[in-house]
Amino acid sequence: MNYFLGLFVSGLTRGSIYALLALGYTMVYGIIELINFAHGEIYMIGAFTALILASVLSIAGLDAISILVIASLVAMIYSAAYGFTMEKIAYKPVRNSQRLSALISAIGMSLFLQNYVRLAQTSNFLPFPTLIPRFGFLQQLTFQVTSAQFVIFVTTTVVMILLTLLIKFTRIGKSMRAASQDKTMAMLLGVNVNRVIALTFIIGSATAALGGVLISSFTGQINFYIGFMAGIKAFVAAVLGGIGSIPGAVLGSFVLGWTESFGAGYISSDYEDVFAFAILVLILIFKPSGLLGRPENKKV
Amino acid sequence: MLELSAVNAFYGRIQALKDVSIRVSAGEIITLIGANGAGKTTTLMSVSGIVRPASGAIMFEDRNLNEVEPDQIVAAGISHVPEGRRIFPYLTVQENLDLGAYLRRDRAAVRTDLEYVFELFPILSQRRHQPGGTLSGGEQQMLAISRALMARPRLLLLDEPSLGLAPLIVQQIFEILGQINRENGTTIFLVEQNAYMALRVAHRGYVMENGSIVLTDDSTVLLENAQVKSAYLGV
Repeated sequence: MNYFLGLFVSGLTRGSIYALLALGYTMVYGIIELINFAHGEIYMIGAFTALILASVLSIAGLDAISILVIASLVAMIYSAAYGFTMEKIAYKPVRNSQRLSALISAIGMSLFLQNYVRLAQTSNFLPFPTLIPRFGFLQQLTFQVTSAQFVIFVTTTVVMILLTLLIKFTRIGKSMRAASQDKTMAMLLGVNVNRVIALTFIIGSATAALGGVLISSFTGQINFYIGFMAGIKAFVAAVLGGIGSIPGAVLGSFVLGWTESFGAGYISSDYEDVFAFAILVLILIFKPSGLLGRPENKKV
Repeated sequence: MLELSAVNAFYGRIQALKDVSIRVSAGEIITLIGANGAGKTTTLMSVSGIVRPASGAIMFEDRNLNEVEPDQIVAAGISHVPEGRRIFPYLTVQENLDLGAYLRRDRAAVRTDLEYVFELFPILSQRRHQPGGTLSGGEQQMLAISRALMARPRLLLLDEPSLGLAPLIVQQIFEILGQINRENGTTIFLVEQNAYMALRVAHRGYVMENGSIVLTDDSTVLLENAQVKSAYLGV
């Protein structure tokens, strides 16, 4: 039973990180129908920013919690600036051409950012400090939950709730939903669609960066390549839940996280990635619109 | 109020508008009639800034709209009810209406306008929390008009409001358009294929063929015009 609960918690942690990343994929896809392959790189850049800041701040003698909070916030802002710029230089110019152009531009952006970080930093793994302190109350549980896992899950939940409120109830949220359903009509009502798209990239990049910081402080090491696999997994999660759907992305992420951790725990950890991609193949065969996605109905 | 002078517009290499000149004065209902593909929708889209003319000027009051962004055109007082209604299908009726007032900050007046559109179309207040996509065609048209009114426009552009609707509903919608014009002084620029209904409600009309204006006069005169009668009224 404890083994099961341990796997459950580890799946929940993975799912939380995937969810922070998958949100960006699904929101961007919902508005401009682009799979932003460089999204994982934003997550990696968030982690690097936090690492640099954490080093500087620990020399300055701050305590771990303050470092974690400041490093996360700065990483989010910095990554949001990256996301914003990326949209302006790599996606906006090709927005009205074929979808393939934007996709190729996204792959180019991903390779560019990876190699830029490799050259600017290093290609080796760098140790990432454990910024999350130990919580005493977690030691009393019969199964193992680390403080990092606890923080990851709580943070993700809070972010999801805030984002849901933003999308459902605010003026900005309504304009985002309108733009995702009919951009021309949104323009005819006075919505500045360019601004809505930029904002979507900013929000998606900030949550991705938060995911990057949290997971790095859990795993304890980073390199320029961490965004690649995480990005692909989050993409699988978004497709699994139904790309374009925000609750779908969250659900898909947890399903994927649990599939991986239970599969690894009960079958074999060698096949961890196989489970993730097997589930993608299955969903594409049996329910291509995803768990919560809307069936594709083309306007005539 | 609105003046298009010698507007030319292209879709790729196809010329959609050829030297189109139209004048709309404040308080008027004018209609632009013509067959499918004549360029009526393009004319409205160019006023809203979605289609940019290759040459010619579109003056709204003292501004040339050619260089104004679509959202600023809405802010200037022009609302557009596009062809096919384009209701946001997954947003509720209320949310669709909220988006109509997207640029407005005067909350109290927005609430008054909401009550006003519910008075014009009581069915919408019953459907308030339903997704827009679940409404019938006629209800969607009512919602599209109401959504545009929520911006409190001085000029209302309407593209084929009768499209695909039962004659009785069309009648009702046209009566309400006349009422909006009389009660609020809203200027209306109506594009229609249903020439008879359009000319009955409008003060003046323009006839468009293959991207050019071929005829313009008071509606009462156009209704009696032999050419219009045979081509558009089916008599």
